Parts: sequence; C-alpha cells; structure tokens
Amino acid sequence: MRYRIDDSTAVLEVAGELDHHTLRDISLSVTHIIETYLPKTLILDMSGVRFMDSSGLALVIGGSRKMAEVAGRLIVRNVPPQPMKVFTAAGISRYVTLENSRESSVNV
Amino acid sequence: MKKHDKLKLEVESKSINEGFARAAVAAFAARLDPSMDELGDLKTAVSEAVTNCIVHAYPDSIGMIQILCRAFEDAIEIRVRDHGRGIPDIAKAREPLYTTGGEDRSGMGFTVMESFMDELRVRSRPGAGTTVTMTKRIRSRK
Repeated sequence: MRYRIDDSTAVLEVAGELDHHTLRDISLSVTHIIETYLPKTLILDMSGVRFMDSSGLALVIGGSRKMAEVAGRLIVRNVPPQPMKVFTAAGISRYVTLENSRESSVNV
Repeated sequence: MKKHDKLKLEVESKSINEGFARAAVAAFAARLDPSMDELGDLKTAVSEAVTNCIVHAYPDSIGMIQILCRAFEDAIEIRVRDHGRGIPDIAKAREPLYTTGGEDRSGMGFTVMESFMDELRVRSRPGAGTTVTMTKRIRSRK
C-alpha cells in the first residue's frame, strides 16, 4: 500500500481487488496513517482498484468515522466505474465526499 | 426447462476463495458474451454471497460453499449454498445497513446483490444452512 503525506493531507493509493479478503490490510493502513500522522484530510485514491464489493463501503464509512474522530475528513478520489456502481447502489455520497481529480478519467 | 449449460463448484469457506469464486463465475458467464458492466455486476454479487457464507454461515469453522450456475440463452442463474448457521430473520438480514458482522462489514451485501441482479431469492433454516439464488439477464448478446 503506497501513501504519501504532505502538510496535513495524506494520500493512500488503494489498488487491486478490494474484498473481504484484502480489506484487513487496507484497513490497517488507514488506521496506521490516521493514528500516526493525524492528517486533516485523508484521500483514498482508488484509481488502481480493479474490483470492489461492499467491503469497500465498510472501508470508506469506517475511514470517514475515524477521520471525524480526529476532526478531519475523508475524501475518496478517482473511483473507476465498477467500484462506483457499488458506491452508487449504497448511496455512499451521503456519507463520504467523492472527487474526480483528472479530467481524462472515466465520467462517473 | 430450456436447454442450459451448468457449472458446479465447491470451495472451502476461506476468504482467499472469494476472488476465485467470482473469477470462476465470470469465466463461465463469458459464453453469454456479457458486457464489462454486466460482468462486473455478476462478480460483485458472487463476491457478496460467498463472503456472507464465510463471515456468517461458518463464523468459527471452515465449511463448504457450493456455487451452482446455469447459463441460459440470455440469462444466468447463480446459486450459492452453504450448510452453516442459517439466518434467523431473512427480512432483517436483507435490510440496508443491517449487519451482525461488526465494523468490517457494511451491512450492504444483500442490497448490492439486489441492485446488481434481476432476481434474488434467499432460503434459510437456522442450523441447516442458506441458499441464495440470483438471476441476471444478459442483454448485450442479442
């Protein structure tokens, strides 16, 4: 899991298949980043996610809650079409900010 | 019954098999020439159903999960069956955000299956197991 910290913003690149099997490692990275760096903003960059099921919802909802506990916020960025469908089915935009940082990426 | 192709697969309830099960079903479904979008929906639904077996049917043990697929001319039926704990209240389990799986689970598994498949039936008996049967029409071919 690659991440970078920049002032008060942390960016975690989530890649590969995000399911119940892989959730634990990603979740631990999120917790580690929040507890170690106390960022004001944590960005989950999902451009490398090839597959995601509802485990991804638990990840972003849990991450969002953890960020709120340290008075920060979670942003989910560059979501490919398949994970976006899962987010949409769950109405995730009520809980988490979704962003698209690149004009060239797929229109979600 | 119309003519159809079948796949029968049995895996242990280990989380490593979530990826294997959805990849196997996707490979089987390829004969219907689904779109990327339809394939993504099938994989997601299978992933949810198999994860439910691992997390809820066999919480403290390893059991077997059966995945039975039938490919019709323009639709695929996927049946995921376990012989685990069973669901005491199916209506409750299907409610969005309801989960007994703790903070690692979103409670959206059934909601995702329902929205990605055209039909979803759940049969369960506490102590005997659960069968989830899902059907999706594949439109891209004709």
